[in-house]
Amino acid sequence: MSFTRRKKTLALTAGAAIFALTLAGCASGDEPEEGSTTDNTAEAGDGTSNEPVSLTIATFNTPGLSNSETDAEYEFDLIEEYMELNPHVDITYNRAAESGDARENFFTKLGPGGLADVEMVEVDWMPEVMQYSDLLTDLSSDAVEGRWVDYVEAGATDADGRLIGYGTDTGPQGVCYRADLFEAAGLPTDPAEVATLLEGDWDNFFAVGDDYVDATGSAFYDSAAGVWQGMINQLGTAYEDADSGEIVVLDNPEVKALYDQVTAASETQSSHFGQWSEDWFAGLSNGAFATMLCPPWMLGVIEGNAPDTTDWNLANVYPNGGGNWGGSWLTVPASGANIEEATKLAEWLTAPEQQAKAFANAGTYPSQVAAYDDPAVTGAVNAYFNDAPIGEIFAERAEAVVPSPFKGEFYFQVNDAINNALTRVEEGTDDPAASWEKAVADIEAIG
Amino acid sequence: MASTHVDAPAQKHTLRQRLGRLDVKASPYLYIAPFFLIFGIFGLFPIAYTAVISLMDWDTIRNSGEFIGFGNFEYVLNDRKFWIAIRNTFSIFALSTIPQLIIATFIAAMLDHHLKAKTFWRMSVLLPYVVMPVAVALIFSQLFADEYGIFNQWLGMIGIDAVQWHKDPLASHWAIATMVNFRWTGYNALILLAAMQAVPRELYEASAIDGAGKLRRFFSITLPQIRPTAIFVIITSTIGGLQIFDEPRMYDTTGNGGADQQWLTVALHMYNTGWGELNFGRASAIAWLLFLLIVVFGLLNFWLTRRLVSSDKTEGK
Repeated sequence: MSFTRRKKTLALTAGAAIFALTLAGCASGDEPEEGSTTDNTAEAGDGTSNEPVSLTIATFNTPGLSNSETDAEYEFDLIEEYMELNPHVDITYNRAAESGDARENFFTKLGPGGLADVEMVEVDWMPEVMQYSDLLTDLSSDAVEGRWVDYVEAGATDADGRLIGYGTDTGPQGVCYRADLFEAAGLPTDPAEVATLLEGDWDNFFAVGDDYVDATGSAFYDSAAGVWQGMINQLGTAYEDADSGEIVVLDNPEVKALYDQVTAASETQSSHFGQWSEDWFAGLSNGAFATMLCPPWMLGVIEGNAPDTTDWNLANVYPNGGGNWGGSWLTVPASGANIEEATKLAEWLTAPEQQAKAFANAGTYPSQVAAYDDPAVTGAVNAYFNDAPIGEIFAERAEAVVPSPFKGEFYFQVNDAINNALTRVEEGTDDPAASWEKAVADIEAIG
Repeated sequence: MASTHVDAPAQKHTLRQRLGRLDVKASPYLYIAPFFLIFGIFGLFPIAYTAVISLMDWDTIRNSGEFIGFGNFEYVLNDRKFWIAIRNTFSIFALSTIPQLIIATFIAAMLDHHLKAKTFWRMSVLLPYVVMPVAVALIFSQLFADEYGIFNQWLGMIGIDAVQWHKDPLASHWAIATMVNFRWTGYNALILLAAMQAVPRELYEASAIDGAGKLRRFFSITLPQIRPTAIFVIITSTIGGLQIFDEPRMYDTTGNGGADQQWLTVALHMYNTGWGELNFGRASAIAWLLFLLIVVFGLLNFWLTRRLVSSDKTEGK
């Protein structure tokens, strides 16, 4: 169903492998000290008899946890490492190719049982999972208090304050831009100068876009929908009321104002290509647009689809503050037979040390605060993006992200309706007003 | 028969007789029982279960629901998207099935001639069928890309404006129908060819002597003779055509059927409602409506085919 869901899926699969290759070199020198991991092992040994136990863990895409995910060898196989540290534990690692497959499996088995002991959940379907948070184990403990950046922890905390997921990776966004196209438009090309140029709110971003369009006659950013997800996630309340759960989007002037703003700007500034369409992929290399909102995993997508383009760069800036796109959690279904051991495994895998290794493996950017001080993360540079210090940039971008607005039962249906409205305008099927009316009709029919 | 001289042998005889009769009568049922047993579990039960769920506000995860009567049907029938999906389904169905069957019949008639390397030609028309539908959809999606797709580049070379394959409803239906036709034409051609080969050659010889030309022979002998097979092909194409899902789902990367529901089909709408919105009550209602639609349309096609391929010609068979 969801636009974003499939986007993310495709992107991750396409991008992760390339991203991993770029990063492998950077992280090898400075591995975290083994001391931190031994603490965890000692902890794991406490209190429980070390009776043999079999655990299953189900993930999707390439989270960088096990060599079985990839044809190439990862630098670290975390699943193997855990089994070595805890000889009584035997882990079966299952991975779905796509997030959508994992979601279907998750919801098929959540009720009747049959899920893995540890299940990975993606940010796109987390709001749906949250409605069934009582079927998942409360994982909160003193040991993990404050481990993640706020918005990641908030995203997995239900209305009763139960923490049902341990964050793995996250997607804080910067702005990717084409230096050659910026130069042709008479705009600055140095990442620091571009960051200064784009520093400010969305008005400023679109004003720069106008300058670019005036100078070159071609599009500034890739798509209205791409910008939309950046804008909508910065609102306090977007589509639904956090207390009542009712759909309030049609009475929310902020949403309509953003819609008007983005459709007005997109008329000239957007390339009008739907994200992940064939045309959009072609646009990554042929200069059809000059900027994109960029989470870490997007770097691999760009590199993979525009291998011969040398001028992509990354600016440490994001309009109107921060924004997150993508990310996952590990959950422990309450119906599992080994909840205690499963929780330990999930806790270990999502510890900063391990996620720094996963980042080195597959480029999945950690959501743990402590990882942002880890030289293996902060030292990462991306050669394709003209040696952008991505580790440092994304650590700063993550700290700028504010918790996204409340996303309840109807989030995806409303979001789809509005995304469709934006796409209709982009495609020229409807004008912005008529397209909004259709979205209103769709939203009124929900429920 | 009832009066017997000796008791014992008669009894024995009767038992054997009975068993024999039982064997003749019951065995066929026994042999087909496994199919119906499996059909009952995996076919009939889900259909009935779907009917129950379609009357409920169903939470599939908690496996519980609240009876709401025909509320789901009411919602679906009042939903603008459902009717657009019906329109699209019939449009794609017509654009695929009709040209497909005409071309398949033509190809079959050509293959029915004495060709060199017969098997090679016959296997070749089946080749597209072997390709996975998802792969077909992926390849065609690239060819049909709006801006940088090959088809539009070719059109541009001969001075024709680019077709908006992913924006204009009819263009998207043609594109999807092309994928379906690519896959199924050869398959149907082979089935029709098998039927054509079973037509007694004397009929052709006799009519040739009577002075019937090629066309006349085709319309007056071949078509009436392959009527039962043609009906089979048309019914299966109808069922397949109305359930079309893979191609529209893979036509763009979102799989939603287009921002303006340009190529949303009923099966796709059902999937999106069920797995997308996790609203299995409504999805079940759509499933039942689709089922009824197929039954009605299948019967209509059956009736039409019987009338069109005139039945009096086959009376002598």
